[in-house]
Amino acid sequence: MSTITATASPVITADARSHAFAHARIMLRRNLKHMQRYPSLTLMVMLMPIVFLLLFVYVFGGTLGSGLGGGMPAGMHGGRSAYADYVAPAIILMAVVAAAQGTAIAVAQDMTEGIIARFRTMAVARSSVLTGHVVGATIQTLIGVVAVTGAALAVGFRPHANVAEWFAALGVILMLTCAVTWLCVGLGLSAKSVETASNSPMFLMLLPFLGSGFVPTSSLPTVVRWFAEYQPFTAVNETLRGLLTGTKIGDNLVITIAWCVGVTLVSYVWSRRLYEREPKAK
Amino acid sequence: MNTATYETAGARTVAAIAARGLHKSFGEKTVLDGIDLTVEQGTILALLGPNGAGKTTAVHLLTTYLRPDAGEIRVAGQDPEKNPQAVRRAIGVTGQFSAVDGYLTGRENLKLMADLHLLPAAVGRRRAAELLERFELVEAGDKPASSYSGGMKRKLDLAMTLVGDPKVIFLDEPTTGLDPRSRRTMWDIIRGLVAEGTTILLTTQYLEEADQLADRVAVLDGGRIVAEGTPAELKARIPGGHIELSFADRTALDAAATLLDATGRDDDALTLQLPGDGSVSTLWTLLNRLREASIEVTSLAVHTPDLDDVFFALTGRKGA
Repeated sequence: MSTITATASPVITADARSHAFAHARIMLRRNLKHMQRYPSLTLMVMLMPIVFLLLFVYVFGGTLGSGLGGGMPAGMHGGRSAYADYVAPAIILMAVVAAAQGTAIAVAQDMTEGIIARFRTMAVARSSVLTGHVVGATIQTLIGVVAVTGAALAVGFRPHANVAEWFAALGVILMLTCAVTWLCVGLGLSAKSVETASNSPMFLMLLPFLGSGFVPTSSLPTVVRWFAEYQPFTAVNETLRGLLTGTKIGDNLVITIAWCVGVTLVSYVWSRRLYEREPKAK
Repeated sequence: MNTATYETAGARTVAAIAARGLHKSFGEKTVLDGIDLTVEQGTILALLGPNGAGKTTAVHLLTTYLRPDAGEIRVAGQDPEKNPQAVRRAIGVTGQFSAVDGYLTGRENLKLMADLHLLPAAVGRRRAAELLERFELVEAGDKPASSYSGGMKRKLDLAMTLVGDPKVIFLDEPTTGLDPRSRRTMWDIIRGLVAEGTTILLTTQYLEEADQLADRVAVLDGGRIVAEGTPAELKARIPGGHIELSFADRTALDAAATLLDATGRDDDALTLQLPGDGSVSTLWTLLNRLREASIEVTSLAVHTPDLDDVFFALTGRKGA
């Protein structure tokens, strides 16, 4: 009897995994092409931390540097150049967060494109669209971090880290990137519009300010100080500052790792679930 | 025996698409209320219905985009519930909203599809070039798709669907919003695909389109299939056509109305509707009676039933 033979051969897992890898690479290429062709978002998220750097070093830096005073970590002395050393790690974190905010926008925008609906009816590994975004965003973030670090060096940032410490700093930055990028992918997916997606990661931009990034936490009023001491960016900031300028790290590295791994896992599961839920009928 | 076989009575044909008792609701709203569909291999089924009838939802269910609340589906012999990826490998879908990447050029969009089908790079390049040629998009091939006109986007969308050489294609309102010329081009492309043995399910709100393209038509209204058959069978369900006579003045209209058994009259347009299938003998008899009574007729039109009439008869509403 002539039939459409149901070749119901269960897909071999190893095969599926290599497809997932190939598809993720294709999606990454698509994302990189988007960035390269429409660089305005990339430029915007790169320029913003640089503007903050210039503002804090040249406008507030003289006063803030002198005010570091007793709260200032050992080995630092007041003044504009001291403040450049103090604030540079926070500006680097800001570059990471700004890029992640760009990712939330890019993901939300992508979800409105018809092509995502097409991917859903194609034999494309489900995870590949998000993986493409995250890896693309990581590359974008690293470019931003390099640019911001360069700008910081140009305005007087003088790190004294050895090669191992530079690599460790890079590791911290990558961990943070992974965490905030997956978080922003989730925010981008859950946003009802592109506008919401650009607003909802705003709180991340505020966190470096409400910590030890710009002024020592000891100078903050009680309630803010309590918040600043326990929020993740303080630990990340102190770790990065310690690695680059030799201030005390203490248990901040462990806290940083815990926060980053935790946020990454929760955001990853959340994002996958959001992407795989049944799309709303149009 | 294979569960994937659906045979129609008598004929040894095989369904490329088969659905039984599909139900889908969104919250309180029932969109599909138990529909059955069968599309035999190498044929076109048109799912015809007004806006909101559930056409797009039906396509979404059959293409693994959405999952049915109840019902059974086989596409290319595969069960999307058990093995969605196998269904996805067999099908191509061109949705109602253009599913192209606006940031990429037409050629890059096609290459993206080739890559996702894991075709070797050289094959993908050749396939993209062929499809650009076939769809008359060579000139625009290296411009971003966001700069394309509606018709060009539609063509690119369909070309992208064809990259993977699907055996079963779903087209959701493929010509909505296209100008008449682009519509003709799209029709030619669709006919060409079926000539190559592809199975197509298309949705449309244009009765003419279903009439032109489809082997079978299923009329969808309010989430149910209200009629199904060949276009000819559906037309046969409507009692005959009618003949319309126009007159120069009211006197002639009144005289004719007394003489003939009209089924309708329009005093403003000065027309009379008469039952009749438009056969030559019917017309001779009619015209002879009018001449014997010396009634002047300004024009005569024979109206054969079309799918519009079918739709009106089935749903009580005018078609789109």
